[in-house]
Amino acid sequence: MSSHPHPKPAPLGIRFWTPGALVLFAVMLMGFCFIIARYLGGLAVVSNLDNQHPWGLWIGIDVATGVALAAGGFTTAAIAHIFGRHQYEAVTRPALLTATLGYTFVAIGLAIDVGRSWALPKPIMFWQGNSVLFEVAMCVVVYTHVLYIEFMPIVVERFRGRVNLPGPFAILNDRVERLLELADSILDKVMWVFIIAGVVLSCMHQSGLGSLMLIAPTKLHPLWYTPILPLLFLTSAIAAGYPMVVFETTVATASFKRADEMEVLAPLTGVTKYLLGIYIALKIGDMMVRGTYVYLFDGSIESRSFIVEMLAMIVPWFMLMSQRLRSKRHTLFVACTTIVLGIALNRCNVFLIGFNPPYAAKSYFPSISEMAITACLLCSITFLYRLAVTYLPVLSAPSLESLEKEPS
Amino acid sequence: MNISRRRFLGVAGAMITASAAGNPKHAFATRKPKAPPNPYGCVVDLTACVGCRTCEQACNRVNHLPPPKERLDDRTVLDQKRRPSTGAFTVINRYYSGRHDQQNQLVPTYVKVQCMHCQDPACASACITGALHKQENGAVTYDKSKCVGCRYCLVACPFQIPAYEYFDPLSPRVRKCTFCYDRISQDGRPGCAAACPMEAITFGNRKMLLEVTRRKIAANPMRYINKIYGEFEVGGTSWMYISKEPFEKLGFLTLPHYPMPHLTETIQHTIFSYMWAPITLFTILAGVMWKINPEQINHDPELHAQQPQHAQEEYV
Ligand code: SF4
Ligand code: SF4
Ligand code: SF4
Repeated sequence: MSSHPHPKPAPLGIRFWTPGALVLFAVMLMGFCFIIARYLGGLAVVSNLDNQHPWGLWIGIDVATGVALAAGGFTTAAIAHIFGRHQYEAVTRPALLTATLGYTFVAIGLAIDVGRSWALPKPIMFWQGNSVLFEVAMCVVVYTHVLYIEFMPIVVERFRGRVNLPGPFAILNDRVERLLELADSILDKVMWVFIIAGVVLSCMHQSGLGSLMLIAPTKLHPLWYTPILPLLFLTSAIAAGYPMVVFETTVATASFKRADEMEVLAPLTGVTKYLLGIYIALKIGDMMVRGTYVYLFDGSIESRSFIVEMLAMIVPWFMLMSQRLRSKRHTLFVACTTIVLGIALNRCNVFLIGFNPPYAAKSYFPSISEMAITACLLCSITFLYRLAVTYLPVLSAPSLESLEKEPS
Repeated sequence: MNISRRRFLGVAGAMITASAAGNPKHAFATRKPKAPPNPYGCVVDLTACVGCRTCEQACNRVNHLPPPKERLDDRTVLDQKRRPSTGAFTVINRYYSGRHDQQNQLVPTYVKVQCMHCQDPACASACITGALHKQENGAVTYDKSKCVGCRYCLVACPFQIPAYEYFDPLSPRVRKCTFCYDRISQDGRPGCAAACPMEAITFGNRKMLLEVTRRKIAANPMRYINKIYGEFEVGGTSWMYISKEPFEKLGFLTLPHYPMPHLTETIQHTIFSYMWAPITLFTILAGVMWKINPEQINHDPELHAQQPQHAQEEYV
């Protein structure tokens, strides 16, 4: 693939307000109304959470799944910048963008979910080293800042040399320019520290998320309760990293009418088949060692959900093993999407479906407003992604038109 | 497989080992139990309780809660299997174990439910800021000025005790039995124990209570089964129960005898003692980067120039 040097990332410069963007915006507005309701009437008004089910959809999807799927950020950074596989640089920027947006919205989702949103920074003052949640929170806070720092060069690159502030601010042009210049030279020198720190922080809190439920051995279903749950969370997040990149890149290139980047994506998932294999092996091995296969076919919701979750890993793994299926755009997309959904289901299983409080009078199912708020957050991520790639140099796939003009 | 990919997998292995270092078995030995040495306790004698709910009323009074919403003479609430809530830190439920008396009537057993004040509480270990805390005198207390409202304590509590003010939009609290911390700190008895007309709740030093209760059970083998619920459950609790009926038939959970925070705290402390695991991982990765991809660190302009430079068009 090095025969054609990959073009540099550039803003797409397309029309922003398409019907799709309008739909996203509408969903965001709707969700926003529910968020207002939550701050007027309390969590009881918008959610089905109760004393038996203190964590619901927001923790399962917005936080746990959000963090897992943002793993594309650190896994691509690792392969391109640490392991020096420069051919993957084309996808590091979009993955970094997804991770930055993802973590930002994990924080927003958490702020909505915790009862005292205004008290969210308190763990910074009151350290509680025994608490897994404390560790996760600290890592997420620091990592989100690391992501912003990693993203900075993209912004600097966009505005360096063409700072043009409107009206009276024009006198500041020179200073802002010099500031960007300075930022650029500093960032260049220290970026490697942040790249590695990002990987380390990710490993810490991805596994930490898995430790969260270990404090409730009597509540989490034995199919999921295992001392190696942190390891499973870490390996599955790493395994989900590249499939998530494939998923979002394919969706983005298709909707922006760009070349499909298959020459980057197909080899990228070559690593995934090992990573996913490790995860599946751990998962099955753990089931064998703990003898939990006895629950596999008891027909309960938990057992069915577990089987679906496992199939959503094993089937795409076989698809990735086949060189032929892996090099076709459609099958690769299907395989990667299945993995992404499987990871989401796994997180929901651990935090929601497998969580069985012994005295619960009824089981938990998310309310319409909970779903609306989750949808609002997801749409906001997509909306901002679109905004970012339109105006910042993130995507580098050449447009289909330009390819038609001069076939390469 | 080329060299860097093999290296990649090798380092992936290192990451996994680092995160797996919290081997639970090894850790169980290293984490010391955290219980305060000489706490207070309470023993509830289920054979003495008649289900009058005076304790509910007393509890609401001493905790400045509105009086119980179910009237005291309404006996049907006893069968509703209520749980402690934001408006009631303790509730009485009625259970039938299936035993009949001489008149062939089912014999009811009344069970008082409140926070167990675990010796090594899951809620306090879980709490992200330490808002929940096990005091030296045995009470597990809550400090709303530290609470974030994450509700991890509700997730963690094996007895499902803490209740949350979901209806409060901005400053909801976690509510639960306080063991009447202020009263017992001033040599008083908990409100419920002092109010009970049947003297079913005995308050005192936990160690002494256990001795007295063991003797009581030994002296009355017809009246009690030989078990003190809470002596060992989740590492021991400050509130304990004795009964004639098997506890499983009275809504009590069968729980492990190790403290709930064992595994999580062990993993946390194994990985984060002196931050060795993150530092090691950082060092390994920096080494790999330095070896394989040095231009990232050095920013050698020549190396940089080799990278594809293409499509430099202006995009304004
Ligand atoms: S019973 Fe629950 S709330 Fe009470 S101390 Fe134990 S873990 Fe905490
Ligand atoms: S809800 Fe409050 S008391 Fe409970 S764990 Fe979170 S911060 Fe601690
Ligand atoms: S100890 Fe105090 S707070 Fe707890 S149930 Fe008794 S009266 Fe209520």
